[in-house]
Amino acid sequence: METIAMPAINFAAIMPEMILSVVAMVLLLINVFVPSEQKAYLGYMSLIGIIVTFVSVVSGWNSPQAGFNGAVLQDNFALFFKGIFLISAFLTILITDQYLQREECNWGEMYPLILFATVGMMLMASGTDLMTIFLGLEVLSVTLYILAGFNRNNVKSNEAGLKYFLLGAFSTGFLLYGMALTYGSTGTTRIAGIAEQVMQNGSVLANPMLLVGMLMMAVGFSFKVAAAPFHMWTPDVYEGAPTPMTAFMSVGPKAAGFAAFMRVLLVALPALRADWSMLLWVLAVLTMTVGNITALYQNNIKRMLAYSSIAHAGYVLVGFTAGNAVGTAGVMFYMLSYAFMNIGAFAIIVMVGKKGEDNNNVSDYAGFGFKHPVLGMCMSIFLFSLAGIPPAAGFIGKFYLFSGAIQAGYVWLAIIGVLNSAASVYYYLRVMVYMYMKDPTEEFDWLKVSPAIALCVILAVAGVLIPGIVPGTLLSLAQQAVLM
Amino acid sequence: MNDMILSLMTFSPLAGLLLLFFIPKNSHGLLRGVALATSLVTFVISLPIMTGFVTNAEFQFVQKVPWIAAGPFEMSYHVGIDGISLWLVILTTFIMPIAILSTWTAVEERVKEYMIFLLLLEVGMLGAFVSLDMFLFYIFWELMLIPMYFIIGIWGGKNRIYATLKFFIYTMVGSLLMLIALIVLYFKAGGGDFNILRFYGLNLPAATQTWMFLAFALAFAIKVPMFPFHTWLPDAHTEAPTAGSVILAAILLKMGTYGYVRFAMPLFPQATEQFTPLIATLSVIGIIYAALVAMVQEDVKKLVAYSSVAHLGFVMLGVFALNQQGVAGGMLQMLNHGVSTGALFLIVGFIYERRHTRLITDFGGLSKQMPIFATVFMIVTLSSIGLPGTNGFVGEFLVLVGAYESNLRWYTVIATSGVILSAVYMLWMFQRVMFGELSNPKNQVLKDLNAREIVIMVPLIVMIFVMGLYPKPFIDRMVPAIDKMILISKTKQQVASVPAMPAMPAMPHAEPMTVTPAAEEK
Repeated sequence: METIAMPAINFAAIMPEMILSVVAMVLLLINVFVPSEQKAYLGYMSLIGIIVTFVSVVSGWNSPQAGFNGAVLQDNFALFFKGIFLISAFLTILITDQYLQREECNWGEMYPLILFATVGMMLMASGTDLMTIFLGLEVLSVTLYILAGFNRNNVKSNEAGLKYFLLGAFSTGFLLYGMALTYGSTGTTRIAGIAEQVMQNGSVLANPMLLVGMLMMAVGFSFKVAAAPFHMWTPDVYEGAPTPMTAFMSVGPKAAGFAAFMRVLLVALPALRADWSMLLWVLAVLTMTVGNITALYQNNIKRMLAYSSIAHAGYVLVGFTAGNAVGTAGVMFYMLSYAFMNIGAFAIIVMVGKKGEDNNNVSDYAGFGFKHPVLGMCMSIFLFSLAGIPPAAGFIGKFYLFSGAIQAGYVWLAIIGVLNSAASVYYYLRVMVYMYMKDPTEEFDWLKVSPAIALCVILAVAGVLIPGIVPGTLLSLAQQAVLM
Repeated sequence: MNDMILSLMTFSPLAGLLLLFFIPKNSHGLLRGVALATSLVTFVISLPIMTGFVTNAEFQFVQKVPWIAAGPFEMSYHVGIDGISLWLVILTTFIMPIAILSTWTAVEERVKEYMIFLLLLEVGMLGAFVSLDMFLFYIFWELMLIPMYFIIGIWGGKNRIYATLKFFIYTMVGSLLMLIALIVLYFKAGGGDFNILRFYGLNLPAATQTWMFLAFALAFAIKVPMFPFHTWLPDAHTEAPTAGSVILAAILLKMGTYGYVRFAMPLFPQATEQFTPLIATLSVIGIIYAALVAMVQEDVKKLVAYSSVAHLGFVMLGVFALNQQGVAGGMLQMLNHGVSTGALFLIVGFIYERRHTRLITDFGGLSKQMPIFATVFMIVTLSSIGLPGTNGFVGEFLVLVGAYESNLRWYTVIATSGVILSAVYMLWMFQRVMFGELSNPKNQVLKDLNAREIVIMVPLIVMIFVMGLYPKPFIDRMVPAIDKMILISKTKQQVASVPAMPAMPAMPHAEPMTVTPAAEEK
C-alpha cells in the first residue's frame, strides 16, 4: 500500500492570513452579543487585529516562506502587497463607524467582512498556484458583493451589490476558463510548474490553447482591476456602494488584482511576454484615456473618483507593461500611495456627505476650503497627489511607473500617460475650484469629525507627504519586493 | 557656512510660512508684517551670496546631499549658483518684499492664506533657480504652480477660474513632457544621478537630441511664453491680483528663458542649432505680433501683459544668437524686464486700487492730479521702451548687436522694428492715461502716491538707473558662465560635425566643471 504523500504544510507561510481569519471569526461571534449602538468596539478590535497581522507581515520581511507544497509563497512581493491591503483595511475601518451611524445601517458584520476580504486579497498576493489565486479571489469577491450592497435600506447600494455580483461572476468565469486552458496546455496549475513547462517544452509554447488561456485570464483580471474596456461596472458600483466601501474597493482589491495578475504574467508566462506586453500596452492606453475623459464630465464626486480610479489603474498598467524592476517597483509604490491618497479623499467625502448619500456633488464643496481650512488643505493635498504633482507620493509613484516604461523602451506609452495625467488635472482642480474659488450656496452644518476619521486623515496626509518628500526608504522596500 | 547659505535662503520663507499658520486670521497687520519681514530676511540672506560671488565660470555655494537612492535612480539635493542664476536669484529675493508690500491694502480678504501662498511661491522659485539636480529642479518647477494657481484663482478678477485653469493646464502639459525627456536623458546617460553637470558632458545622437529638445523647449516655451503658446499669459495677468502679476512677470516667466540657457541649449546643442531659425522666427513674430496686439488694448494691464510677450521675444532672440553679447543681452534683458514690467504692473495696481478700473478711456490728465505718480510712471515707461540711460536700453542693445552678428541677421532687422512699435504703444498709452483733459470727475479727486507706494517704487527706480548707467557689474559676473555655456554648446556641435574624431577627449572643460572650489573647501 502506498501512502498518500502529505504535502509539505508550512503554516508560517500563511501566518498573517490565519491571524486575520481568527480575528474575523471571533468578531463574528462577539457581534451577536454587542448592542447595536456599541458596534464601534468591533471596529476597534478589528483595528487591533490588523495591527497584529501587520506586525507578522513586517517580521516576515526578507525571509520567504513557501507552504502547501508550493501553492503559497510568502515572499517580499506578497508581503509588500499585504502591507498595502492591511493599510487600506485599517484606514477604511477608521472611516466606517461614522458612516454607518449616519446611514443607520450599523450592523457589526461590516468589520469581519472587511477582514475576510483582506484575507482573500492576501491569499491572492501570495498564491503561487492558480487555484490558490482563484480561492483568494473568490473569498475577496463574495465578501465585496455583500459589502457593496451593505446598506440594504438604500436602493442604489442594493443595485451596486447586485450589479457587482453579476458582472463579477461573469468575469470569474472568464478567469476560471483561462486557468483551465492553461492547465490543459501545461498540465499543472503551479506557477513555477507552468513557467518550467513553457520554457522547456517548445510544443507547449506553440500550443494556441496556452495563448487563449493567457488572454482569458487577462480578461478576468482586467475586470477585477477595472481596466477598460472591462470597467463598465465600476462607476455604478462605486457610486452606489457605501462610501467607505468605495474607498476600500478602489484600493485594496485593485492592488490584489494587480498582485495576482503580475505574478501570473511575469513569473508563469514570461515566455509569452511579446504577446502580453502588447495586450497590456493597449489596455493601459484605453484604460487611462477612457477613465480620464469620462471623469471630466462627472458631477458626482464618487463617480468622478470611480472614473479616476480607472485612470489610475491605467497608470499602473503602464508600469506593468514595462515589466522591468523599475516598473514593477513603481506599481507597488504607486498602489501604496494610492491607498493613502484615495482613502484620504474618501474620508473627507464621508465627512461632507449627509444622510442618504446626499451632498456628494462637486458643487456641494463650494466654500469648503475656507469653512474648514484644515480639512480643505488635506483634501487639496490628496487631490494634488492624485493629479501627480510634487511633492506628493502620487508624483513619485507616477515618476517610477513612467520611468519603468521608458527604460523598457515604451516612450510613447509614457507620453500618452503624461498627457493623460495633464488632462486629469482638470477634474481634480475642479474640486478645488469649488472648494476655494466659489461661494457656498448654502450654509454648512458643523461637520462632525470623529477621532477615528481624524486619525485616518492624519495618517493619510502623512502617507502622502512623507513618501513624497523622502521616498527613499519606501522605494527601496518596493525594490526589494520586486520578483525576478 | 558657504555651502549652507543657498538652502538657508531657499527655505527661509518656509519659517515665516509656519509662523503665519499660528497667527489668528483676523490680525491682518501682523500677518502682512510677518510675511514682509520674512521676505526681507530672505533678501538679506541673499546679499552675501551676491557680495561673496567670485567672478568665474564655476558653480559656487554648492551643497550636495544624497536624497533618494532606489533602484536605478539617484537623486541628490544638489544646489549651487553661477553667473547665470546669480542675478535671477537676487531678482527674486529683491522683488518679493516689493510684491508683498504692494498688497498691503489691495488684499483685504483671506490675508493669511494669501501671504502663505506668496511665501510658498518664493520657495519654489528660489529652489528652481539654485537646483543643480534636474529632478530637484523639476520638483521646484512644479511646486511653483500650486501657489500661483491659488493666488490667481482665489484673489483674481472676474474671469479668474478660467484663467487659472488655463495657466495650470498649459504649464502642466509642457512640464510633463519635459519630465519624460528628462527620464530618457537619464537612461541615455547610463544611470548615476540627475546632476546637470554630468549631463553637460553627454554627446547625444542628433536624432535623440531633436526629440528631447522639442520636449524641453515646449515646456520652456509655454513658460516664457513664446508665440503661439502665449495665450495663457494675458488671461493670467489680467485676472491675477497685483502681487501675482508682478511675480508672474518679474520672475516666473524667467523660468522659461532660464531653462533654455541652463538646460535646453547646452544639453542639446545640435538640436539647438537646428531649431534656431524656428525659434528666432517665433520670437520675431512674438515681438511684432504682441506689439501690434498691445497697441489696440483698452485695458492697461492687458497692454502690459502683451508687452511682456514682446519683451521676452527679445530675450529669446538674444539667447539664441548664441554668442556672448546676445546671451548676455538676453540675460540682462530678463532682469530688466523683471524690474520694469514688475514696476509697470505695480503702477497699474495703484490706479486700479484707486479707481477699480483699468480701462484707458476711464483716465486722462492724471499727471495734473498726481505729479509724483506721473514722474514714476514716466521713468518706468521709458525704461520699458529702452531709452538710453535706463536699464532697458542696455539689454536691448546687446541683444540686437549679438543677434545681428550671429546667423540671425535678418531676424534682427525685423525685430528692431519691434523697438519702435513698443515706443508707440507705451507712449500712446502713457499719453492717453496721463495727459489731456482731466475731464472725469472721479479722476479729479484722486490722491497722489502715498508713502508706502513711494517706498515700493524707489528701489525699482534706483535699479532702473543703476542698471542703465552702470551695467558692468551685472554683465561681468554673468559673462564667464555664459562663455562656458556657449563653449559647451559649440564644442559639442563641432564634435558632431567631425565624425572622424569619434572619441573626442570628452570636453576639455569637463574637469573644472565637476569639481568646484566651494565643494573642495569643505
